[in-house]
Amino acid sequence: MAEIADTSIPVESEAERRRKEAYFTASQSQLIWARFRGNRSAMIALVALIAMILMGLFAPFLSPYDPTIAGRDRDYENGAPQIPRFWDENGFSLRPFIYGTARTRSIETNFRWVTTIDRADRRYLEFFVEGWEYSLIDLRLDIPGTSYDIHLRALTFDTHLFGVDAGMIHLFGTDASGKDIFGRTLHAIWTSLAVGTIGVLISFVLALVIGGVAGYFGGWLDSVIQMITDAVRTVPVIPLFMAIAAFIPQTWSSEMRFFFISCVLGLIGWPTLARRVRTHLLTERSQEYVLAAQLSGASSSHIIRRHLLPSFTSYIIVDLMISFPYMVRAETALSFIGLGLKDPVNSLGALLQNVSKADVLLNYQWYFIPVIFFIALVLAFVYVGDGLRDAADPYENLKK
Amino acid sequence: MSGKPIIAARDLAVHFPIGGGLFGPKAIVQAVEGVSLDIPKGSFFGLVGESGSGKTTLGRALLKAAPITRGQVMFDDGEVSYDLARISRREIRDYRKRAQLIFQDPYAALSPRMTVRDIIAEPIEVMGITKTREATDRRVREIAAKCRLNLEHLRRFPHAFSGGQRQRISIARALVSSPRFVVADEAVAALDVSIQADVLNLLKELKRDLGLTILFISHDLSVVAHICDRVAVMYLGRLVETAPTRALFARPRHPYTKALLSAIPSLDPDHRSSAQKLEGEIPSPTSPPPGCKFQTRCPHAIDICRREEPRLEHSDAEHDVACHRWQELAKTLSTA
Amino acid sequence: MTLIKVENLTVEFGTDEGRIVAVDDVSFEIEPGKVMGLVGESGSGKSVTAKALMRLNPDNASYGPRSRITLQLDSGSVDVFSLKSTRDMRIVRGGSVSMIFQEPMASFAPAITIGSQMVEQLMLHRDMTRREARELSIEMLGRVGISEAAKRFDQYAFELSGGMRQRAMIAMALSTRPKLLIADEPTTALDVTIQAQVIDLMKDLVAEFGMGIVFITHDLGVIAQTADMVAVMYLGRIVEYGPVREVIRNPAHPYTQGLLRALPDLGDLDARLTPVPGDIPSPLERPAGCVFHTRCPRFMPGRCDAAVPGMTTVKPGHTAACFAVEDALVAA
Repeated sequence: MAEIADTSIPVESEAERRRKEAYFTASQSQLIWARFRGNRSAMIALVALIAMILMGLFAPFLSPYDPTIAGRDRDYENGAPQIPRFWDENGFSLRPFIYGTARTRSIETNFRWVTTIDRADRRYLEFFVEGWEYSLIDLRLDIPGTSYDIHLRALTFDTHLFGVDAGMIHLFGTDASGKDIFGRTLHAIWTSLAVGTIGVLISFVLALVIGGVAGYFGGWLDSVIQMITDAVRTVPVIPLFMAIAAFIPQTWSSEMRFFFISCVLGLIGWPTLARRVRTHLLTERSQEYVLAAQLSGASSSHIIRRHLLPSFTSYIIVDLMISFPYMVRAETALSFIGLGLKDPVNSLGALLQNVSKADVLLNYQWYFIPVIFFIALVLAFVYVGDGLRDAADPYENLKK
Repeated sequence: MSGKPIIAARDLAVHFPIGGGLFGPKAIVQAVEGVSLDIPKGSFFGLVGESGSGKTTLGRALLKAAPITRGQVMFDDGEVSYDLARISRREIRDYRKRAQLIFQDPYAALSPRMTVRDIIAEPIEVMGITKTREATDRRVREIAAKCRLNLEHLRRFPHAFSGGQRQRISIARALVSSPRFVVADEAVAALDVSIQADVLNLLKELKRDLGLTILFISHDLSVVAHICDRVAVMYLGRLVETAPTRALFARPRHPYTKALLSAIPSLDPDHRSSAQKLEGEIPSPTSPPPGCKFQTRCPHAIDICRREEPRLEHSDAEHDVACHRWQELAKTLSTA
Repeated sequence: MTLIKVENLTVEFGTDEGRIVAVDDVSFEIEPGKVMGLVGESGSGKSVTAKALMRLNPDNASYGPRSRITLQLDSGSVDVFSLKSTRDMRIVRGGSVSMIFQEPMASFAPAITIGSQMVEQLMLHRDMTRREARELSIEMLGRVGISEAAKRFDQYAFELSGGMRQRAMIAMALSTRPKLLIADEPTTALDVTIQAQVIDLMKDLVAEFGMGIVFITHDLGVIAQTADMVAVMYLGRIVEYGPVREVIRNPAHPYTQGLLRALPDLGDLDARLTPVPGDIPSPLERPAGCVFHTRCPRFMPGRCDAAVPGMTTVKPGHTAACFAVEDALVAA
């Protein structure tokens, strides 16, 4: 026993030594990741976020029906969600099934369509079924005029994850025109993410250039840029959007509208980000190690590349993460008040708009399912952003 | 310590605009004004002063890291000779190899995102001194060993090191380009006492082995007394006294130097300093008083001190003092 | 009569990286009118010790079960750790115990004038009327050497210079007539000439008010000039404790000896500076046994790294925690 105990001590200290050496030679991103991983809520949010991004990315594959009017179910308008089950009073089935439905309308139902479930009619779930055709890359640019229109399609498939052997399946129910809410939700996540990405990218590029110039050169240029930034920040958002809504020609396609909205969001979103870029630069530029590089005769480009950019990429990623939900929310809010994307387009805002009718509140509560996804998406971004922010400066408590 | 000084400043002035933005500066700070100073080649030259005395700015100006408003600074290391006030861009690049800075704060001075090897290698890579990665590595290892750094640790990032070790990394970076002249700005002020002596000894060793000239800027007179062979005392942007260390500590001429010396808390609990304690504080460098800059706190100030600014003059060999009354005061002191 | 008695004080911090022992089994006492110096380098736990006296440590601090701090007041003794409500804690926070900091800006609210802050504090702790409080405040400001005290009374902290701010903070801390003043590196941020002024001022005030002072600093010279008793701390432990003359002239512990040798002495310019070898270990890696053994020139393997040395009395009132000292005493 004593011999075993003797050998176990150096083994443990060897592991300890290696753990320490790993910490001592850990780069910034490794330290940030180690700190982020320790944050439980941020990790859960990250998993949820990745799941939702994947859902959006593979929305056509995951949704059994085309989320536009082309894929509507005429026989199941305003239909309730259909949950696949394995057993009922008629027995057990290894293959999950749903029931067939029939619609009737008579004087007894005040001439409303009433759906009845036929529990004898089992419709079995099938996987990897062939259905409507979709392209994972589907780029369509409709610039007014025809000469520059681009329509690029690639990776076209018609396989979908699941379907039923007869009729149609609607996991989240259908809306008034019989469109599948499940498919619409998945596509809407993608639309909202895309609007957010374009918006964030535009504002980020503007912020980086404007804030970067102000922060790096300073002086009177900085003062002027600060004034312009402040002026842009004072522009009231809602009236601006109403003006823009009036300006958008009715003839524009939904894609065009969508792109325009993203650009507008980006163009008004930059000042906050620019300010943060400037502040990071100002603090970083006066760091002693930057002076040390300057005293070695390092050029501006060397200092920017070697010191300034690495020092604030972590902050920039955090800022991007944090501003993302604002973009998603702004798009949603705009669409909700009718200034942004309109119903045929699948965006979370457009889906939310459907919820505002009293009829829906009373009779068709499944319209709320996209709302849950909207909340989850924003929360996931906020938590991941917070976690990153806490982890972004791994050196703060190393200083005395 | 003969021959030409490595740094010879004549009537050097550094003025800064502060505040303001679009509509011009609010005020001008005379951080350094009318400083004439010779730093002998191979010396360990101490520059002492309180906060706001302009000692850091003077050090930066000698490195061409602060704008020189007026005057002349000659650098001459035997190979090249530059006037820093009129130096060309190309010459500055060469000067950077010959004159370097060691920082005060060992935490802020090292980029947390670079390995120790990269930090030390940065100056020679930027300057293009070494051509290949191997040559760079060789030079880095050489200087790291000289600064008593563990070569195994070059892969590590600064967060793995304590203050003393970081300061040695900082020193290695300053010395990697084989400079002739090094400004050490409060290089041990942020370190613990038990570590401080180690870094001081290292600096002394490096100066001897590499034939450096070091300008050691400090607020701590006792450290300067131990490590430097010449000392200059600054007050409000002006040199008030400069002398060989021993002479300065044995016979301080300027009332401010005397006050500084007597203000150091003695390690002997029963030793109560007899000299006069200074009243008041150092005036703002944006609005310095007329005449002698020290007259607002000087116990010996008379009319002429309030009117005329004294010039630095020889008292003994190599001992200069800027005071109207130093001769009188020396007499009264020796009789007292 | 002792003013405050600290027994077996242990303070730990829970952090992401693990538990950090900041103060380990520290005991000392202070008498009224005496200055007790706590001297140590970074990580020695001197500030944490002082803050424990006022229960000012952050929430992730936990105190050891045997820790006791007893404050002796006119109205009887108070166990500081038994104070629960914020109201009770007023006794040790600004009432009978006051604190001054290294950075005076930290103790002044930036948007309130110095005067109204002092008045508010006096009304809270000493049941004074606004008028009385104002008079006393101006008197105190004058007492600490602030010229035109009535004018300064209406100024904000940022309008004063560093030395003046330090004086104003001392005036504020003393206006409630504390029994105990905790001074955390009060002169470190100041220039030497100003430091000398503040040290003189504090000595005068002790003589006048007769309160006890805990004086925390890393500077042995400042300790020599101000303290009556001194406790040398290293990595959370008191390694040597005694009257200041004794400890500085005849240091017993190898760490104290090393510190004194590392210090440049103006009396002997030729003396070589002898650093204490090695680095201060990180608080996350406290050495086992004697905390100093990793740097100690008298390290005895198998002994110093195995057991924690107890306090040995070198001379009456002068103790040191070191096995080598123990051995020498036994041999003698």
